[in-house]
Amino acid sequence: MTFQQLIFWFFSAVLIFAALRVITARNPVHAALFLVLAFCTAAGLWIQLEAEFLGIALVLVYVGAVMVLFLFVVMMLDINIEKLREGFWSYLPVGATVALLMVAEMALVLTGPWFGLEDAPRPPAAPAGYSNTKELGRLLYTDYVYPFELAAVILLVAIVAAIALTLRRRKHGKYINPGDQVQVRRNDRLKIISMPAEKKGD
Amino acid sequence: MLDSLLAYPQALLGPLWPVVWTLVKIMLIVAPLMLCVAYLTLWERKLIGYMQIRKGPNRVTFFGIRWLGGWAQPIADGLKLLVKEVIIPAGSNKFLFVLAPVLALGPALAAWAVIPFSPELILSNIDAGLLYLMAMTSLGVYGIIIAGWASNSKYAFLGSLRSAAQIVSYEIAMGFSLVGVLMAAQSLNLAEIVKAQQNSAGAFGWFWLPLFPLFITYLISGVAESNRAPFDVAEGESEIVGFHVEYSGMTFAVFSLAEYSAMILISTLTSIMFLGGWLSPFPVSWGLLGTGGFGWLFAKIFFVASMFLWFRATFPRYRYDQIMRLGWKVFIPVTLVWIVVLGAWMQTPLWIWWK
Repeated sequence: MTFQQLIFWFFSAVLIFAALRVITARNPVHAALFLVLAFCTAAGLWIQLEAEFLGIALVLVYVGAVMVLFLFVVMMLDINIEKLREGFWSYLPVGATVALLMVAEMALVLTGPWFGLEDAPRPPAAPAGYSNTKELGRLLYTDYVYPFELAAVILLVAIVAAIALTLRRRKHGKYINPGDQVQVRRNDRLKIISMPAEKKGD
Repeated sequence: MLDSLLAYPQALLGPLWPVVWTLVKIMLIVAPLMLCVAYLTLWERKLIGYMQIRKGPNRVTFFGIRWLGGWAQPIADGLKLLVKEVIIPAGSNKFLFVLAPVLALGPALAAWAVIPFSPELILSNIDAGLLYLMAMTSLGVYGIIIAGWASNSKYAFLGSLRSAAQIVSYEIAMGFSLVGVLMAAQSLNLAEIVKAQQNSAGAFGWFWLPLFPLFITYLISGVAESNRAPFDVAEGESEIVGFHVEYSGMTFAVFSLAEYSAMILISTLTSIMFLGGWLSPFPVSWGLLGTGGFGWLFAKIFFVASMFLWFRATFPRYRYDQIMRLGWKVFIPVTLVWIVVLGAWMQTPLWIWWK
């Protein structure tokens, strides 16, 4: 067993454990943290596949940004676990059917005699000096520039919509325009008056 | 010489050799770094002392040698923190409570893997180095969030939300500054970024000049990112309390270690991306003065790190809403505009920084 294989098995074991804990952990914050662990190990596996850009982007976007906001929400909510667990047995048949179906589909695609992974041609080894970051950038900004820009515009619309939904002026807020604050000068607020000290009566 | 010395352990360890050798190299980076962190705390107190016309720590010394006065101060501080009791709050999550400082320190150290100290001295010369750095610096926020939550205290929790929001906000401005750097250097590899700044003009060939708004944005965002004054609302004892109120002893010290190593990391990155890394500020034609080397990088890191201390001694603390305003309404628009300007500029013959 080479060192690479050892790392692969280690990462896979951690990934499966973390993914299982995401759905079995009782505390939602622990579940979210296990999801973070799962993302990090998945990124490690991707880097082993020489997809270093995707691996780092997974950590940067999902772990660095999305999961932080996720944790914010989960930590601030008062989640009633008992209520969430209600009706577990009545939903179980539906859930189990869907899960089994997915496993069967994946098994068909990955291991079956028709589409097995062995049939797919092995990708040629990357030449020296090949950078998949550069290659992805070239593809995104030349061949797929319109779909890419469309996706960007859709995201922008989503941002504007989200801000428009949550932006509200508070009625009794004490908001002060920072521009006005910066403009304040001492003379506007403070007046020094000459006030002679009391004289001793003689 | 080195190869013949290494041949024996290589034969002895066999397949384990790459692991051991990498660990040795990691230790060679982390151990001096920790020493630098310790003496940065001393330099901070000394420098701020000089700025306020006093001497700073000058008593604690090794073996009673007078002229070494003050030099043992960081060691004494470390020992003191090491033997203090670690108090774990009642009802807190013990595992996460102890894990949080480690999570704060870990990414700040992991980022050093891709730092080029000189043209040959890099632990891992990876292609997507800049992306890796962004990923690592974005992981530091977990230590803060988990610390606040695991403390089982409302004050710590609210403080952690505040600090985390601040860090996540400033990360965007930092990321956009790095976009400018990678546009100008045409590479994500940090060694390539330094090499792209090499030309006959010496210091004027570095990226601080064409990317000046991004340079300033990056530096100030870096101060905010490492929770340093004037953005240190986490430690603002006068108004609010931060995410580490429940921490004591060594667990608190690890948070401090994380803060100082993040500071050194930001200084290093600023030096590498905007101030020419290991390059000499003088033109290459000047002979010995013009040759690059680790010494120049160290001098630049020292300069930028001293600026962090200078800021602390000079500026009053920002109010929280003004911190957020500065990040979102000033820095992000500035960087966005400068990226567009840069893109246009690079298409014209007026762009002289890249051949």
